Amino acid sequence: MITYIIRRLFYTVPIVFGVLLVTFVLFNVVGGDVTDQIAGKSASKEVREEIRREYGWDKPLFLAWDNQFFAYLKNAATFNFGRSWSDRELIIDKIKRGAGPSLSLTIPMFFGTVVISVSLALIVAFLRGSVIDVLAVLVCVAGMSMPFLSFILFGQYFLAFKWGLFPVFFWPDLSPLRYVALPVLIGIVAGLGRNLRFYRTVMLDEMRNDYVRTAFAKGLGPGRVLFKHVLKNAMIPIITQVVLAIPFLFLGSLLLERFFGIPGLGYLMIEAIAARDFQVISAMTYIGAVLFVVFNLVTDICYSLVDPRISLE
Amino acid sequence: MNEQHSIIEKKLPKGRGLWSDGFRRLRKRKLAMVCFAIIIIYLLLTVFIYAAELCDCEIGPTRWDEKVGSEYESPSAVNILGTDFLGRSVLRKTLYGVKISMTVALWASVISMVIGVPLGAIAGYFRGFVDEIIVWLYTTLSSIPYILLILAFALVLKDKTINLRWAGLGVFDLSGITAVYLAIGLTSWVGICRLIRGEVIKHKDREYVLAAKSYGCSNSRIIFRHIMPNVFHIIIINFSLRFVSFIQAEVILSFLGLGEKNRPSWGAMIDTARLDLPKGYWWEMTAATVAIFLISLALNVFGDAMRDSLDPKLRIQ
Repeated sequence: MITYIIRRLFYTVPIVFGVLLVTFVLFNVVGGDVTDQIAGKSASKEVREEIRREYGWDKPLFLAWDNQFFAYLKNAATFNFGRSWSDRELIIDKIKRGAGPSLSLTIPMFFGTVVISVSLALIVAFLRGSVIDVLAVLVCVAGMSMPFLSFILFGQYFLAFKWGLFPVFFWPDLSPLRYVALPVLIGIVAGLGRNLRFYRTVMLDEMRNDYVRTAFAKGLGPGRVLFKHVLKNAMIPIITQVVLAIPFLFLGSLLLERFFGIPGLGYLMIEAIAARDFQVISAMTYIGAVLFVVFNLVTDICYSLVDPRISLE
Repeated sequence: MNEQHSIIEKKLPKGRGLWSDGFRRLRKRKLAMVCFAIIIIYLLLTVFIYAAELCDCEIGPTRWDEKVGSEYESPSAVNILGTDFLGRSVLRKTLYGVKISMTVALWASVISMVIGVPLGAIAGYFRGFVDEIIVWLYTTLSSIPYILLILAFALVLKDKTINLRWAGLGVFDLSGITAVYLAIGLTSWVGICRLIRGEVIKHKDREYVLAAKSYGCSNSRIIFRHIMPNVFHIIIINFSLRFVSFIQAEVILSFLGLGEKNRPSWGAMIDTARLDLPKGYWWEMTAATVAIFLISLALNVFGDAMRDSLDPKLRIQ
């Protein structure tokens, strides 16, 4: 087990290196030197030189010992992303501050979606071929086709603005439970179609197995068969979905945070886009990718815990 | 003897190829055909707007910036979908948005197919070192969260110019939707590449490939003339389903201000409607939503129907 984990860890090194290469090429080579953008039109030569020095743009890109790419690798390895252009705050502080509100939004949203869609999928798969099943699939496809923005806008308009069931916008004095409730609800409803449809296919594959017939033949009720026997065997795809979605939870929800003014990481990115603050986006990309790689590893380990048939070789 | 032969011929139904058989099945599905009609209407509209712009015809959607009434007129018999904050027709803007969306989605599909299919085929066919490099490349790209990757590409490519004079192609201005479809295309080839690689690995040791090899076919001929036609239905199915995500990505990018600025697109319409909705002007938002919803629904349903009827493995069940 330990040798497996170590080997997998070594395998992640080229991937993380690749991510850094991609972001470096994207932001430093294609994006290039943006001193003019930071300094403004009427900055003196000294100011420009200072900005160049701070971000290392006076150095060569690749072909030298003190090149920009090595500096970039070093900064990434130590999670030192420098300061943001727009307000001179350390980027890592911004990210730390945004993680809390983002997670308070995405964790309930994500687990709500998984629990609701898995349970509904079990029931729908049990009723396969019936009117309810056909209707559920139709509703799912319709839900998938609806743009996410419309869910947010109409949800906010009707539920918060018109009927006043929820606060319209984030307010620091409000308890998190109050301001997070509506975004979470909207997120769950918007994601339900895709998830339910996915889990329904998973469950349908599982229902065809012989052990299900045996369980019913033994006289077990549908509830017990579905939620105990089928669910346990359908765990592999569920775990894949769940664990691989966790890194995205840290990134928050770009659109939901924007509309409800939640000061999380999604909001941070929106601000960075508006200010064309490449440094922030680059840091977020790197952190997102590292989390993804780590949780990929966790998924593989989880597989072997859930399904002993999967060997670690 | 001859007589026997003709009897057998009469009994046997006429053989059909994979494609004609697939489309026969597809035609039997009423809902799928309705969706297909919707897709065709959207495509025709796009072609129509392009043609009208080319020959400077002044018709409907190309005159979207014309003032047709007072500000914020609610839907009526004259202006079916009402007017926006400058008194422009929402219907015309929505129809013009069809062109922007379809252009982006089509170009994004072409770019990701041009990159993804050959790379996947080469990786799956040659394996070894080439395979490892390509797998590393797409694993790297796919470990960056998709939305971040698209945003990063769109942000960097926006308002850039690419100098291709050395290739004799001139200078390209990456303004507006060009940056959008480049960003979507350059990030979304990963899925199709992985899919094609897997399929080619499955096919490359089959008898027909061995036979082609023994005839002395070159590698490129085997890949593109022998293996590709056998996996092509997978590409088609994949793209009809992926088209939806391209359209939705364009909407989100335009909404975030990374897309088309000077011409109406659905994302930009939603962005302006965001502030209009609380004032009770619901029509612009609704028009954009319905336009996106219709094409997405049609593509989703049609893509599913296509998968069910074109995939020879599902056909047996």
